[in-house]
Amino acid sequence: MEALLARSLEEALALRAAHPEAVPVAGGTDLMVAVNFGRARPPALLDLSRVQELRSWRRENGAVFVGAGMTFARIGRELGEFRPLVEAARSVGSPQIRSRATIGGNVGTASPAGDAIPVLAAYGAAVVVGSTRGERREAWDAFFIGPKRTTLAPDELVLGVEWQAPDGPGSFAKVGTRNAMVIAIAGLCLQLDLRARTVRLALGSVAPTVVRAPDAEAFAADVVPWDDPERGLPEEAAAEFGRLAALAARPIDDVRGSAAYRRHAVEVLARRALRWTLADRSAGAC
Amino acid sequence: MLIRTTVNGRDCEVDVWPGASLLALLRDELGLSGSKNACEQGECGSCSAWLDGELVCACLVPAVQADGAAVRTVESLGDGERLHAVQDAFLAAGAVQCGFCTPGMVVAAVDLLERDPAPTDETIREALAGNLCRCTGYQKILDAVHLAAAEPA
Repeated sequence: MEALLARSLEEALALRAAHPEAVPVAGGTDLMVAVNFGRARPPALLDLSRVQELRSWRRENGAVFVGAGMTFARIGRELGEFRPLVEAARSVGSPQIRSRATIGGNVGTASPAGDAIPVLAAYGAAVVVGSTRGERREAWDAFFIGPKRTTLAPDELVLGVEWQAPDGPGSFAKVGTRNAMVIAIAGLCLQLDLRARTVRLALGSVAPTVVRAPDAEAFAADVVPWDDPERGLPEEAAAEFGRLAALAARPIDDVRGSAAYRRHAVEVLARRALRWTLADRSAGAC
Repeated sequence: MLIRTTVNGRDCEVDVWPGASLLALLRDELGLSGSKNACEQGECGSCSAWLDGELVCACLVPAVQADGAAVRTVESLGDGERLHAVQDAFLAAGAVQCGFCTPGMVVAAVDLLERDPAPTDETIREALAGNLCRCTGYQKILDAVHLAAAEPA
């Protein structure tokens, strides 16, 4: 095995082009488990942990760009205005994991259980990808094509993620066996857009990729009392929203939970997320 | 692969296998066996250490990432004669049973107290969520962190 240490983005892209067999590594929290147990013996590692260009975020004209090398610890500390993202970041692993694990790793690994991905899906984010050939942006739902499968070419690196800052409150929820060190059995992000009067709902760990729940979204857009923030949502409407959300799930039985449990979890989480997020709206939170 | 790193203030030059973890470097190459090798998958926190000031599981950090970085381990806490206040508190509170999780717990607790000198129960639980005690001695460990927080450092 060989280790290639990139010191700049330019160097990282050149190394990636010259060594497409090298596995990119940032925090190492996924890859090193496989290496430690002998399940992965990549011919080379391409270390991205010291590429400064990937370790920043910025806001430009309402668009937000978060570099692939931003750790979940830093996202939790620095991106407070994006509450669902911060909640998702805080639910990742433990403090030790969050110190190292990056949002780019979540995107590149492309597990349907990646905690940040439902948030990116609810934001309608694009994945920014680079190579020595140039840069491209791809919508999240085009980028993720299956469990741990993306459209990333062998000479490309994930540079970051980008979205339009939503105008309204949102929330993240996750079901697991405890409050830390949990791979989601089901996860969900709900985001309101008060200007467009839309509700976006994305589900994690309940389909081959993270998915949106378009029928639930359309239903919610109709029943949310947009003109009256003080008015809550009738119980029956919230329940119907939960039922429609569960219909968007295509879960499987696995070691973490059964398909039936996952559908049930989505129904309950979606119902609560909508009511709680509407309550946050009247409280003026975002 | 030859890397240069600083461990507990000492400059080291070590030849490592490119797939080796920081934990293997600490234990096998440098003889620092305070960081324990247990799960090797970031679940248990027994190998907790600091990399450039951030709390990490040394088992999940590729050793090559420590090249040019500053590593701090549990061995940095006592000075041979005197224990760190957190170590004293673990003894006083009876927070040690088999002892295998103790170095990781102590490191995570020191990390917490350096950022938050008066943590609540909930904050301590969240800060130590990545450290497992198979003896299930969690209550005494919580007591120890509170005790250390109450003692002048």
